Amino acid sequence: MTEVRDEVRVRVASDADTVLARQAGRDAALRLGFSRTDATFVATAISEIARNITVHAGEGEITVAGLSEDGRHGLIVTARDEGPGIADVPAVLRDDYSSELGLGMGLWGATRLMDEIDVSSEPGKGTTVTMKKWRGFDEVGSLLGTE
Amino acid sequence: MTVSILKQGAYLIASIQSALTDTEVIELRDSLLEKVAKHRSHGVIVDVAALDIIDSFVARSLTTVARTNRLRGAKTVVVGIQPEVAVAMSQFGLRLDDAYTALDLEAGIQLLTG
Repeated sequence: MTEVRDEVRVRVASDADTVLARQAGRDAALRLGFSRTDATFVATAISEIARNITVHAGEGEITVAGLSEDGRHGLIVTARDEGPGIADVPAVLRDDYSSELGLGMGLWGATRLMDEIDVSSEPGKGTTVTMKKWRGFDEVGSLLGTE
Repeated sequence: MTVSILKQGAYLIASIQSALTDTEVIELRDSLLEKVAKHRSHGVIVDVAALDIIDSFVARSLTTVARTNRLRGAKTVVVGIQPEVAVAMSQFGLRLDDAYTALDLEAGIQLLTG
């Protein structure tokens, strides 16, 4: 049983939109009960995938929504573009990958910051990145006293 | 003005006032490098307390400033990284190579002059 709610949509066509998208992600995370640390993880991951959109595809959109699935609660971020696509998705997600401008690091970094990430891409048709973060005990946030 | 850069004797102090776009990050990087050369500064403090995130692009830009300054014999001190931002950077695996870090502006000035 999957429930997606309170979806926020941000059109991403410039680096100013990237700032708006990551702020929307942070706000949504805090609203959904995530710690400030987790909200910062979400905002940072969104910044990376939004940059991939503006640099590689020119424009696209990012949505952020609350997510409940199999008794778990969290947040889902979806980034869509109709850009050139990624020919070799597994390569981009590998630890040692970085494109000429170091842009590959973004997607890889997002995998470290989020709990689940899925990249579907077709060369010439575009890319969709779906990232999930589940709410749970935030050990580091508790240590920092930011809960 | 999202960033102000002040000259304090042999040092420069850059204060970021709000979240930055990538374009503004590049402007900050270039203007810092230009001003360090122009004023023959011994050190630069970059106050990032107002930054909501430090992602790969910001980290790379700060590292470029620090590395360039180091080659010229100047120190770069990044001060005020928010606790949550530091945790995210650590989880991400982002580092600020060649830069010093300090808790706040005062500690940064002490690090340069002490």
